[in-house]
Amino acid sequence: MTSRRAAAASLPLLLCACQYQTYQSALGDAGVEDRQFLILFWIFFAICAAMYALVIAFLVAAIVRRRRAGNANVVESGRHHESHPLMRTGLVCWTVLVSTGLAALAIASFIADRSMAKAAAREQLSITVTANQWWWDVRYNSSDPSKTLRTANELHLPVGVPVRIQLRSNDVIHSFWVPSLAGKQDLIPGRDTDVTIVPKRTGIFRGQCAEFCGVQHAHMALVVNVVSYGDFVRWWEHQLQPAATPRMPLAQAGYNYVTQRECAMCHTIAGTPASGRVGPDLTHLASRRSLAAGTTPMGKGNLYGWVADPQSMKPGSKMPTVGLEPDELHAVVAYLETLK
Amino acid sequence: MSDAIRRSDLLEGWRRRAGANEAERRAHEEEERRLAELRKKIARDGPKLKGAKLEARLMRSWERPRGIVGWLATVDHKEIGRRYIVTALVFLALGGLLAVLMRLQLSRPDNNLIGAARFNELFTMHGTTMMFLFAVPVMEGVAVYIIPLMLGTRSTAFPRLNAFSYFMYLFGGLLLWGAFALNIAPDVGWFAYTPLSGPQFSPGKRSDIWAQMVTFTEVSALSAAVVLVTTILKCRAPGMTLARMPLFAWAMLVVGVMIIFSMPSVALASSMLISDRLVGTHFFNQWEHGDALLWQHLFWFFGHPEVYIIFLPATGFVSVICETFCRRPVFGYPVVVLALVSTGILAFGLWVHHMFATGLPRVGYSFYTAASMTVAIPTGLQIFCWLATMWDGRPRFQVPMLYVVGFIVTFVIGGLTGVIIASVPLDLQLHDTYFIVAHFHYVLIGGAVFPLLGILTYWFPKITGRMMSEGLGKITFWMIFLGFQLAFFPMHIAGLSGMPRRVYTYPAGLGLELPNLLSSIGGLVVATAVLLFVINGVVSLYRGAVAPDNPWDAASLEWAARSPPPPYNFAHIPVVASRTPLWDEKGELPVVTGLRVDDKEMLTTTVVAATPEMREPLPAASLWPLIAALATAVLFISSIFSPWAVAVGAVPVAIALIAWFWPKEIKREPEPVIT
Repeated sequence: MTSRRAAAASLPLLLCACQYQTYQSALGDAGVEDRQFLILFWIFFAICAAMYALVIAFLVAAIVRRRRAGNANVVESGRHHESHPLMRTGLVCWTVLVSTGLAALAIASFIADRSMAKAAAREQLSITVTANQWWWDVRYNSSDPSKTLRTANELHLPVGVPVRIQLRSNDVIHSFWVPSLAGKQDLIPGRDTDVTIVPKRTGIFRGQCAEFCGVQHAHMALVVNVVSYGDFVRWWEHQLQPAATPRMPLAQAGYNYVTQRECAMCHTIAGTPASGRVGPDLTHLASRRSLAAGTTPMGKGNLYGWVADPQSMKPGSKMPTVGLEPDELHAVVAYLETLK
Repeated sequence: MSDAIRRSDLLEGWRRRAGANEAERRAHEEEERRLAELRKKIARDGPKLKGAKLEARLMRSWERPRGIVGWLATVDHKEIGRRYIVTALVFLALGGLLAVLMRLQLSRPDNNLIGAARFNELFTMHGTTMMFLFAVPVMEGVAVYIIPLMLGTRSTAFPRLNAFSYFMYLFGGLLLWGAFALNIAPDVGWFAYTPLSGPQFSPGKRSDIWAQMVTFTEVSALSAAVVLVTTILKCRAPGMTLARMPLFAWAMLVVGVMIIFSMPSVALASSMLISDRLVGTHFFNQWEHGDALLWQHLFWFFGHPEVYIIFLPATGFVSVICETFCRRPVFGYPVVVLALVSTGILAFGLWVHHMFATGLPRVGYSFYTAASMTVAIPTGLQIFCWLATMWDGRPRFQVPMLYVVGFIVTFVIGGLTGVIIASVPLDLQLHDTYFIVAHFHYVLIGGAVFPLLGILTYWFPKITGRMMSEGLGKITFWMIFLGFQLAFFPMHIAGLSGMPRRVYTYPAGLGLELPNLLSSIGGLVVATAVLLFVINGVVSLYRGAVAPDNPWDAASLEWAARSPPPPYNFAHIPVVASRTPLWDEKGELPVVTGLRVDDKEMLTTTVVAATPEMREPLPAASLWPLIAALATAVLFISSIFSPWAVAVGAVPVAIALIAWFWPKEIKREPEPVIT
């Protein structure tokens, strides 16, 4: 009864999970790796469900059978050291069944693992992602140094192209995980790891750090925008452009503040004197979809909130609350908004 | 033959060699006569001394001193076991409270009931408390209480070490929760991965407190393991061969050996972490040629066996309950024993499956996938044996048996999701998500806490002399069982939908709202049910029906003792001729006699065949274990602050241990001769 209830309760939940958006879900099926995961997962699920049904059937049979009193090998009958001859055969069959099932699953797992390792061999695009407490530094590598691109907390990937992402960490252990596309891989200081992703369809997917990395582990997300190859090339070209010099007076005041005061100590804005390397690159900040590593959507209001007091939006974040005067705040936000 | 006899023989030989003169010879003869006189006065149990007279004499020898000093000095395994169980249940309640707080925070997206820093403390404290201060100690506590009774003996081996083990555990728990009260609780997870827990990223004392708390529990668990393994191997009733030993004793034997092999690994790891933090070594500092991953290897080499250290005693509980309530011995005794032993061995070959995402060589991973799946075979066999016992017997569904059924329905799900995450490609998606949280709660609550609640209900009359309420027990069971499914089943969905573990909040719109809300409601139901269990226990303690010696008509020896058992457990040591002695012996149990009753003495037997070997004198109540534990606690806690504390603090520890182990004067004592 209870298992049926559990199954009845689980079914709608599973369906709802499947139909739900594929924004950040291992059921998202948006990458070749995730597709392989799903195929393997449902194979495992089916076999495990069958085994579970078998156990429950045996349990129910045992409970039902007790009503037929008299034939049991119990202490009252004095035959409690005997057992039904069927049980011995049953034990042997059960052992064979369990071992065979596990062997089959282990082989399936091994084959899937090998085929995923093969996919990793043919990369066409190389990206280096460096994790920091609590944001992602992203570098698009190119044999042409002038084409090397640095950004943060957002990946743009061309659909159908195998991408190898090299993973580094500047501080503690993090884990790179975009569930809709592929499984996770840890970023470990002092070690080089990588993950290969082949996006299958365009769309926007969310990833999140999956290894506890300190106080703001929950707010260490990144957005992956899978686009067509043409769009991807255009995006890359656009991102290579240095930041435009602002023309509005307010934005100019902001430019002066950002490049001459605290901000420039940590952040880089290409084409300006701001060249700090501690925080995320801000060159095209306003073109991104989210702020502070996925803490909040990009927008004027959130920019105000973030610049004015990062510590209340993301407590423990490495960005200090600077204490801007209101006019400075207006100017800085006006400038940041121009960084499209 | 006892130790004392052998000593006196030696003395004799020495005298002869020394060529003792006439005067000495006369003195010696005088001494012999005196001893012969005294020997006549020695009281030992036997046909002439039995019944109420014997029990009164035993009581005088075994009773601990009264008053607070006696209470602190006791070495009675039943008192220590009770303290262990009660303390562990208090920590269960505290850890559960933290879980409720976390579920409240996670009940809706972007909630800001509890902040990030506090939430990290909560899950660190929850995991640490549940693993180190509840799950392992409660199993040890139950074993320390029941194993000597089950084996038909009067005490555990090394009773003072047993007392020391409890105090170390208590002080470790007080350290952790004292730190929480002082707002310096650890916040780096119960696994304390470096470099996050290292000196650079965790300044302050939080991580040190975690590491030292682990050191306390290591010392405690190792002591308890030595006590249990020795008791099980050397103190069984005559005739209780290894092949007739109750399955719970088998489980605890395997667990004891596992503790002895796994705890040193975490002891090493935590010492290296403290050393990195306190004196600036670089074991885990990758920038100075240390290795951050070394921590994970050492930690999980302990951490995975730890799971089986918690689970195997629970399988012992299930076997005990199955036997009693199905009215027949567990089907396939050798199969279950082999399953326990092979699980214990395999448990040491799985640790890398916690590290599938760290980028170790992938072909190597395949071996750990295979090993992890292999563990399902012995576990699957045990499940079959229990079901076959139910099928072949005539199960009575009283509360303990309900927990066994709940265990099978729940634990098997956890075992099967365990098979799923043993696969590398699947684990890479599911690792560190709520799917894992669901998995291990199915395994640890379904697999260990359900049987524990069942066995506490089952042994409650033995421990307290009163029965727990059956009606309230059934309500509690159904609430806890259904509440558990509601709390933890949706976590599978949340994990698949991309919810990582250890996040203090999650954004709206990821599809995580419903599963989290259901989990939170389920968590509250479970918490209420646990409260009901406690209420049932407390009320039954005072108002429950008075329990007979063997209320469930069970077969094992603990039910031959009185409820609750007297300090000496059994008036005569029983003799065993089958696996189910109380079912197979009609009338009185056969016994051996000849143990001294004017002093604390127990019988040790051979390891395999359990033939009587010698009479072992037992130590009296003593304050030295407590003093030694206090001195060790001072050393451990002060070494959080200064490395010199290790040197200075070692002095009181040495003094306490020297006093504890101070050799007794070798005196020729009269010995009863067993004829």
